[in-house]
Amino acid sequence: MQSPLHRQHLTLGAKLVPFAGWQMPLHYGSQIEEHHAVRRAWGVFDVSHMTFIDVEGAGARDYLRRLLANDVARLEADGAALYSCMLAEDGGILDDLIVYRRKNDRFRVVVNAATRDKDLAWMEGMAGGHDVDVTERIDLAMIAVQGPEAAAKLPGLLPETLREAVPALEPFHAVEGQGLFVGRTGYTGEDGFELLLPGIDAASLWEDLVEKGAQPCGLGARDTLRLEAGMNLYGTDMDESVTPLESGLGWTVAWKPADRDFIGREALEIQRDAPERARFTGLVLRERGVLRNGTEIELADGRRGTVTSGSFSPTLGLSIALARLPAGNETRATALLRGKPHPVELVRPPFVRHGKACIAT
Amino acid sequence: MSQVPAELRYTKDHEWVRREDDGTVTVGITDHAQEQLGDLVFVELPEAGAALDAGAECCVVESVKAASDVYCPVAGEVTAVNEKLGDSPELINSDPYGEGWLFRLAPADAAAVDGLLDADGYRAAAEAEDH
Repeated sequence: MQSPLHRQHLTLGAKLVPFAGWQMPLHYGSQIEEHHAVRRAWGVFDVSHMTFIDVEGAGARDYLRRLLANDVARLEADGAALYSCMLAEDGGILDDLIVYRRKNDRFRVVVNAATRDKDLAWMEGMAGGHDVDVTERIDLAMIAVQGPEAAAKLPGLLPETLREAVPALEPFHAVEGQGLFVGRTGYTGEDGFELLLPGIDAASLWEDLVEKGAQPCGLGARDTLRLEAGMNLYGTDMDESVTPLESGLGWTVAWKPADRDFIGREALEIQRDAPERARFTGLVLRERGVLRNGTEIELADGRRGTVTSGSFSPTLGLSIALARLPAGNETRATALLRGKPHPVELVRPPFVRHGKACIAT
Repeated sequence: MSQVPAELRYTKDHEWVRREDDGTVTVGITDHAQEQLGDLVFVELPEAGAALDAGAECCVVESVKAASDVYCPVAGEVTAVNEKLGDSPELINSDPYGEGWLFRLAPADAAAVDGLLDADGYRAAAEAEDH
């Protein structure tokens, strides 16, 4: 499939790659320059490949309280959003998502592209018994505007009715009007916004953003930015074989109220009370080399774990990773890179936040 | 297709070789190779003075995306390495046939360079690999 911005990508010289059935930009020349633009100024991403799903009806709230491990009852005002996992009965992660509360107890859910078919089937299957409509919004495009200059520069390109409201948004809140839906959310560790709008309107906003100096950014920069920010990527850092508790996402599970019977709760409670479980950690490699997805990590006692996503950190100038390791409290381990051992430090993500290193470099 | 200068020789593993006036040869990776790798972040070079066999793994070029071995195109002794790449590996991206060179070699057999691919041969090999 092609994004509504396909022509713009070609004009900008994007290297397009297949991604979950879409042709999406990997970069427009240099993913490292794109990365720096988002940390230092601002950048714009086409994320129209994501899946947008409206959940509406009198039973929408109760349905989502059953469906998600985080609790939409925490969304006290219209426009508030939260991050959650959607679990199978055994606690395995079906997907991670953001859910926004809109007026009149309507909700909008953004899930991953690669999991679209599975998610829609699951969500429709679980809708039985609830007064709820689950509707995919294939008519929408999504543009992410991220970076320290985003809040100052984006509003001037928006309809007048949104110009004051958008920069005044709290993080994880959204506002909408005139066909535009703007959330102060993102996947970069910087301030920024994600805009949903009809696909037919996307090109004009994109071109305005680029003309105003926002750096077009591809999936390559999106990946290194989210990794520096310590944000998981579904399909590599987690999947149906692991739970949020094994993926550094325990904070997204709303245990209270205790009588909220969300799917996967029983399995998570058993795991929560078990003495040992795999731990999910950040890694830093200070020697020359790059930790890669699948790199083996060995602890001092010989037990092994695996890098779930690793790359070069353009901001820090060294390699960082997320990894799943056996239980323990070591602060050092050894990475096996191309057959050779390299010492790595275990750290708590994020690695970079709002342009600043969170670890000593 | 990316740039393939006519005056250079090539290997199917995406190295290029240039004959210098002093009898040495300069070695680098092709424009096509740097494009495939994306932004380079680390380069591991051979040591000056090292004697290398043809086909020996002699460098590692590592990008944000992947690590890749560089193979020595012809046998010889390393006479110089591009020290600038230590701080600026991106020179390989911006100028693969110039500032982004990897190392220089005194070939054991000067005629061995003639056995490498010419520009047309390399272009054909690279295109065959992509399809």
